[in-house]
Amino acid sequence: MNDFGDDYLLLHGNHAVSYGVRLARPKVIPVYPITPQTPIVEKLTDFYAAGELDAEMLTPESEHSAMAACITASLTGVRVFTATASQGLMLMHELLHYASGARAPIVMFNVNRTIGSPWGFWPDQTDSVAQRDTGWVQLYSEHGQESLDTVIQAFRIAEAVSLPVMINHDAFYVSHALEPVRIPTQSLVDEYLPAYQPEHFLDPERGESWGNVVSQDMYRRHREDLDKAMGEVPAVATEAHAEWHARTGRSYDLVEQYRCEDADVVVVTMGSMCGTVREAVDELRDAGKTVGLLKVRLFRPFPTHALRRALADIPDVLVLDRNFSPGLGGVLHQELRAALYDMAGAPRIHGFLAGVGGVNVPPARIIEFVESVSGEPPAVESTWAR
Amino acid sequence: MQKLEIDDQQMFYSGHPACPGCPEALAIRHILNTIGPDAVAVIPPSCIAVICGLQPFNSTRIPVYQTTLESSAASASGIRRALNGRDKGDTKVIVIAGDGGTCDIGFQSLSSAAERNEDMIYFCLDNEGYMNTGAQKSSSTPLFAVTSSTPAGKNTKKKNLTEIMAAHEIPYAATACTGYLDDLVYKVKKADSMRGMRVITLLTPCIDGWGLEEDAGVEAARLAVETGIFPLYEVENGFKYTLNHTTKERPVTDYLTMQSRYKHLEPAAAQTMQDTVDTAWARLLEKVKLSAAD
Repeated sequence: MNDFGDDYLLLHGNHAVSYGVRLARPKVIPVYPITPQTPIVEKLTDFYAAGELDAEMLTPESEHSAMAACITASLTGVRVFTATASQGLMLMHELLHYASGARAPIVMFNVNRTIGSPWGFWPDQTDSVAQRDTGWVQLYSEHGQESLDTVIQAFRIAEAVSLPVMINHDAFYVSHALEPVRIPTQSLVDEYLPAYQPEHFLDPERGESWGNVVSQDMYRRHREDLDKAMGEVPAVATEAHAEWHARTGRSYDLVEQYRCEDADVVVVTMGSMCGTVREAVDELRDAGKTVGLLKVRLFRPFPTHALRRALADIPDVLVLDRNFSPGLGGVLHQELRAALYDMAGAPRIHGFLAGVGGVNVPPARIIEFVESVSGEPPAVESTWAR
Repeated sequence: MQKLEIDDQQMFYSGHPACPGCPEALAIRHILNTIGPDAVAVIPPSCIAVICGLQPFNSTRIPVYQTTLESSAASASGIRRALNGRDKGDTKVIVIAGDGGTCDIGFQSLSSAAERNEDMIYFCLDNEGYMNTGAQKSSSTPLFAVTSSTPAGKNTKKKNLTEIMAAHEIPYAATACTGYLDDLVYKVKKADSMRGMRVITLLTPCIDGWGLEEDAGVEAARLAVETGIFPLYEVENGFKYTLNHTTKERPVTDYLTMQSRYKHLEPAAAQTMQDTVDTAWARLLEKVKLSAAD
């Protein structure tokens, strides 16, 4: 027990997610198994079997049907959770658009894993970054504790803006790595996240319907509303995190600056690699080098303004992408270049395709990347590295 | 013939945009008025989606969720579970889908919902093709029928949805049609009195896609039954077969010659159709006899 009444448990990242889900009290959980997500659903079904989770467990034949059921359950007025990875997320793609169009505040946990072909089970974020245009809020978590906390925050964000939220953590590095995790009390979470009470829902007593064919103008208006909701996310999420911090003592900024003061070089990345970069930064700082980490936790909506504020007047920025968009390069690299374009004091941005396919990128390698910065203008393309 | 009186609770409004003479509107009116107001419907892209309303119009009184073409049974499952979670287990969940959305792209999610015995009534309005997109073939298009994607006639048989659903051993799988509305209403009521997965496949002739006279929709459905091409029967729990229209009193040519989709048929092909129907009918009678013996 700590000052906040939390218990510590030794959990791997996926089970930390399951504890977060149980605390959030979803009513319907449609889910399909896939490596390396499966421990999330296994733990949830254990909770259910033990009578510790008051939810309808729905086990359809595919992730596509799981997401179809998530959307309608959410539109019928209850809190909904699901989890997936890799191919499962790919199969859901059509319905990810449908979910955000329906403004269904589903929370989904995705365990980042390579996409076939060829087959692989390794940490790689191409699966989720490939969903960047689907209208889902996207958050990337670095460790199990953050994943648990983010699940609870995600419901609050989703329900405030009526948008679905996808949280991601890396296969195995986070999903199957054990660490001590604090479990907040149920009463703390109940106060933080009140019961879901939507304004609109499917019910014969209300007669509201959803999904009819609309005119061009109605469709355009609908997209504009979606854009507006996305625009509200940074403020809503910041407030959600501030209150979580006040209640638990734990805080995660949407764009976290780690030892960025007076930095000559800042390394920008997402997910578990942030932990590795922290090690490298500490080592470099110990050696007298002014290097920092910028952790991008919120990827959609892309935090353009926060990034411009954080990276103004930094001479060199290194982006480490654990994803690959053929024909473009590293997605975070290229999106960051676009976000900082035309900014006064914009940094030189060096993009490294590091960790693609789940290859390990140790702190020593990150130090080499940092030391390779020579003051020369960087390539506009992302560079393959490992 | 006696006029069927239904308890019209104004569940399906006039002014809907169905084609003149379309039997689907007739089917929807009888289904919805039999099910009543305490229900939520799922409709995938189909003629039904058009008939039930383009925003801001809605020709049904109950809430409708329009889903993606392959997701009907999964979407209905989500509504079912959420209603259960809200202590509304008695509110009914129905699907009204077409044969393409059921037998082709929606088949996987339907089979899974049947395996889970989800509590819903699934209506497949079978007009034997993708009529809403210009009459292409589906797996429910019958042998030899011309469609816009089988211009020389389809060379494989119609998928038998009712037998496949019965093989899932769900509480209720039945056929019905818009030519025998009393039988249709009886089956909707019977399904409504049960819980779990119930699937009713309704033959709904398509005026345009089949090449029928505008006023021939009901007659075509009756002939489909009377020739034995589309027998009216029920299967309970996968094994108890009941034949509702017990005779096969007319040759298939009575049915084929009224439709332009079969106008290319040579006598030999028509005879093949007759033989196919005779064989299937004999098999069905065997199943009925077997389950009567149980």
